[in-house]
Amino acid sequence: MTATADHEVGRARTRKEDARLVTGQTSWTDNIMLPGLAQVAFLRSPHAHARITSVNLDAARTAPGVIAVFAGADVAAEQGSLPCAWPVTEDIVIPNHPPMAVETVRYAGEIVAAVVARDRYAAADALELIDVEYEPLPPVLDMPAALEPGSPKVHAEGNKSYTWSLANGDLDAAFADAPVVIERTYRQQRLIPEAMEPRAVVVAPVADEFTMWSSTQIPHVLKVMLALVTGIPEHKLRVIAPDVGGGFGSKLQVTAEEVLALILARRLGRPVKWTESRTEGNAAVHHGRDQIQKIRIAADADGTLRGLDVDLLADMGAYLMIVTPGVPLLGAFMFNAIYKMAAYRFNCTGVFTTKTPTDAYRGAGRPEATYAIEHIMDDLAFHLGLDPLEVRERNWIKHEEFPYTTISGLTYDTGNYEAATALAKDLFQYEELRKEQSERNAASAQVRLGLGVSTYTEMCGLAPSRVLGSLRYAAGGWEHAAIRMLPTGMVEVITGSSAHGQGHETAWSQIVADELGVPFEDVRVLHGDTAISHKGMDTYGSRSLVVGGTALVSACGKVREKARVIAAAMMEVAPTDLEWADGRWAVRGDPDQGKTIGEIAFATFAAHDLPDGVEPSLDCDATIDPDNFSYPHGTHLCAVEVDTETGWVKIRSYVAVDDIGNVINPLIVDGQLHGGIVQGIAQALFEEAAYDDSGNLVTASLADYLIPSAADVPSFTLARTQTPSTLNPLGVKGVGEAGTIASTPAVVNAIVDALRPFGVTDVAMPCTPERVWRAINNALPSPGETPPLQPPAQNQVDGGGAA
Amino acid sequence: MIPASFDYTRPGSVEAAVEALAADEEAKVIAGGQSLLPLLRLRFAYPTLLVDLGGISELRGVRDAGDALEIGALTTHYELTRDPLIAAHAGLLAQAAGTIADPAVRHRGTIGGALSHADPAGDLPAVVTALEAVLVVTGPGGSREVSPAGFFADYLTTTLAPGEILTSVRVPKLGDGWGYHYEKFHPTAQAWAIVGVAALARRSNGHVAEARIGLTNMGSTPVRAGAAEAAAAGAEASAAAMRAAAQRADEGTSPPSDLRAAADYRRHLARVLTGRALARAAGI
Ligand SMILES: Cc1cc2nc3c(=O)[nH]c(=O)nc-3n(C[C@H](O)[C@H](O)[C@H](O)COP(=O)(O)OP(=O)(O)OC[C@H]3O[C@@H](n4cnc5c(N)ncnc54)[C@H](O)[C@@H]3O)c2cc1C
Repeated sequence: MTATADHEVGRARTRKEDARLVTGQTSWTDNIMLPGLAQVAFLRSPHAHARITSVNLDAARTAPGVIAVFAGADVAAEQGSLPCAWPVTEDIVIPNHPPMAVETVRYAGEIVAAVVARDRYAAADALELIDVEYEPLPPVLDMPAALEPGSPKVHAEGNKSYTWSLANGDLDAAFADAPVVIERTYRQQRLIPEAMEPRAVVVAPVADEFTMWSSTQIPHVLKVMLALVTGIPEHKLRVIAPDVGGGFGSKLQVTAEEVLALILARRLGRPVKWTESRTEGNAAVHHGRDQIQKIRIAADADGTLRGLDVDLLADMGAYLMIVTPGVPLLGAFMFNAIYKMAAYRFNCTGVFTTKTPTDAYRGAGRPEATYAIEHIMDDLAFHLGLDPLEVRERNWIKHEEFPYTTISGLTYDTGNYEAATALAKDLFQYEELRKEQSERNAASAQVRLGLGVSTYTEMCGLAPSRVLGSLRYAAGGWEHAAIRMLPTGMVEVITGSSAHGQGHETAWSQIVADELGVPFEDVRVLHGDTAISHKGMDTYGSRSLVVGGTALVSACGKVREKARVIAAAMMEVAPTDLEWADGRWAVRGDPDQGKTIGEIAFATFAAHDLPDGVEPSLDCDATIDPDNFSYPHGTHLCAVEVDTETGWVKIRSYVAVDDIGNVINPLIVDGQLHGGIVQGIAQALFEEAAYDDSGNLVTASLADYLIPSAADVPSFTLARTQTPSTLNPLGVKGVGEAGTIASTPAVVNAIVDALRPFGVTDVAMPCTPERVWRAINNALPSPGETPPLQPPAQNQVDGGGAA
Repeated sequence: MIPASFDYTRPGSVEAAVEALAADEEAKVIAGGQSLLPLLRLRFAYPTLLVDLGGISELRGVRDAGDALEIGALTTHYELTRDPLIAAHAGLLAQAAGTIADPAVRHRGTIGGALSHADPAGDLPAVVTALEAVLVVTGPGGSREVSPAGFFADYLTTTLAPGEILTSVRVPKLGDGWGYHYEKFHPTAQAWAIVGVAALARRSNGHVAEARIGLTNMGSTPVRAGAAEAAAAGAEASAAAMRAAAQRADEGTSPPSDLRAAADYRRHLARVLTGRALARAAGI
């Protein structure tokens, strides 16, 4: 589906939504002003773990401008427990999660009191007047230590939430006489999602009905969950996600602040608003990643994989949020990636700690899996003296082998790893760079070159409802779309996926323009308001286009069929005499005779001459449940220069060849990739949520939590191969997470590749200059000595036999 | 991120500003606000009165004062990067100012604020230290001049007395044969220096006749790398000789260990970066 003169799909349209976004004319949640709007501020625990022994609100209550002040005990009866919708095992421990702590705080940043005041200043001043006394309890910060029998407990039920397993094939046999076994432990550091727009919520009560505006990715899911948590009947709730400035998973949540804003508005009978500050948000928004990954592979002497064994510890943080326990499961099916093997075992234990809860963050589970497998594939290549791409090629699924059912049980419909890799190598000038690398190594150059490879795939388009059901997820994965034909031929599109920066309004308009034969400009896309878009599963997991786009195409098809009957009546022919050609219903064999959707819409509006039994409406909707995931893939290649004197890492070039199937709008796709790649680079080089020994987040401000800007990353070379998905009518696969999933291992593999001559096998993320420098110096036999160029003895490599 | 309430005044002269400050012990000066506002918003500081220097035109601009430049305290980082006098006579300041944060901060932040804030991780304190600038301070008792070493007292602490304002920075013009380089090692473009090296070198006859080195973030105040300066003076103008001299760059420093780097790594960086900065300054 490439662009042709009269096709919208495939065109690099600039985004419709940008005019209102860049001119600041739009409404973000924090811009919303209502008569009588009161401001909420939350007092948060300064302790990682403590019992609340007393709360004194008196001084705050009488402070100027203060309307009301609440502690946990004041809302305990009505606040319910924040929902976890993914109880991954039957015996999972799901602790009670009060939006406002009542007796115990379990992470620094947990809410202990709320002030409602006339303005933000009065609210902030009053927070300082609240006197809370705590009896500190021991923090629980380290996952392995948390699982020791004597560890202090985060919850009375213990520190283990669940263990979830997946196994296929005879793993013991795969490892028993394997010539090569490599075992590694990788660390996925904790990350803080940094959406450009911080979270904010406004709630307006009118009689017994409530409207909530929230900077959320999931207005529909949120509405259902708010009803379940608060007992407010669902039909009395309306949730609106106005323009939302990014989410990356962090706004795929039912937050304490949303629930409390609703409860406080109900209590006070007046509208309230809460907007977080960046430092507040960094401690309170759910975090991402944070896993310890033990991974083991068995291979033949030629590098052919035999088996894969993965054992994860996943930090849940202090509580289970909406899909916290399920995030590692989204990775479970991806460790085997694009590779064939006879046996696979996956184990994951979810662990409670006294840290901010974790949950989905761009890629959710899949970046973790991709990092581990792509890293260990490089280790395998190095061990065997093979090029990293060579060892991958020996193991990947050949393009003629699709559809292919993997060892983890997914059926990949299409893919062409050979084509993507060949193109990437070419653009990257792989062989030339390898030559330069060996020259630098031979000369013991101070600045070394490293080449990093990441041949990723991912599962997108979340998700077939029956699969979600089999994984014990509480909801389905369908999506909804509706078309409203206006009398003048304009089209209103309603989508259940909730855009928050992705450009749905543009891409959906392009699809509809082609499907209904209307101009791009004549389409308006409505989303993110449960009173308008009444049905939906929202946006996450690269699902909007794959699932929501399919629903849209289906709805358009229904509109066309309705229009056909009316067009036939207008032209006094039988519906079967018509064919859809050049964007209109035309009489077969007499193409001069035809009606556009616009003409048919007006006739339908007038409704003067409709055939008997035909309703005067072209409007249609469709709800689609996918049969399978979709499987984008690609080859990302990264070249880094490492200054061995300082540890400085400079990304010299980065080539990404992605196969995301058909492309609706290449400009939007490039944008998704740019942002995604940078986010993955950020995990590799910059970002880490760090805690001190008493469990305080020491990276709460952006002065300490480093995020890159445009100045810190190179220009990317982007290209695509196009193997359409066979699983949906658009042939699309999803692109929202691809960059993030692919880039982290590409960068770290490049750094390790540069440092292999020094005996370095890994650098913990983020690979800060200091860590890189220490890796070099710890690996060096003694300062000043020439580093060995041959592979060093590897303590983690077992040359054969059972590990 | 909401500051506590405070009063605000915008005097039109240095005298009026000094008067306002003298009248209220809890008053604070605000210039560009790029360091002070974050402190207020995090409620790390609770001044009762902010005395905004923004209306005092005599504090703006760069003046040629013969063998020195007189730089008004309100001169922004952006102006430092663009001023022709600075480019001609004190290019080190322009180069270092260009590495500060991002354009938004550079357009608001001022040299007076950056020095008075006295953050050892800030770039300009080490630069004025290397430039042997003179800081001109005005208070209730009149004006006085102070050297960088006499100005920076400790972490975020200067010897400014209550009621005193830094009014200008007098930077001696670099004479013939001097070269300079600011080597800033920071993890991202917007981040503060892990270590920074401000180096000046006067070259003569294939040798480095004289060197001056100011170090950023190698202690609680900006420090001169005296031992390395001495080792560089008289050395051959070669990368190897500069590298050798730089081996002593961390002598007498007491760098912090923090989130970004441990002290031993900072010492190592100071040595490596000093070698590089000296080489660049000496035109090698
Ligand atoms: C995101 C960010 C990143 C930054 N990164 C860097 C960096 O990499 N390197 C760097 O060097 N700086 C950095 N800064 C700080 C920046 O340089 C500030 O501009 C500078 O530190 C303070 O200057 P100001 O004019 O904004 O002072 P203000 O914030 O107005 O004041 C700072 C302090 O100095 C006092 N003060 C101000 N002017 C005077 C005066 N004339 N006399 C007496 N006291 C005075 C104030 O009372 C206050 O205590 C950064 C700032 C931000 C916000």
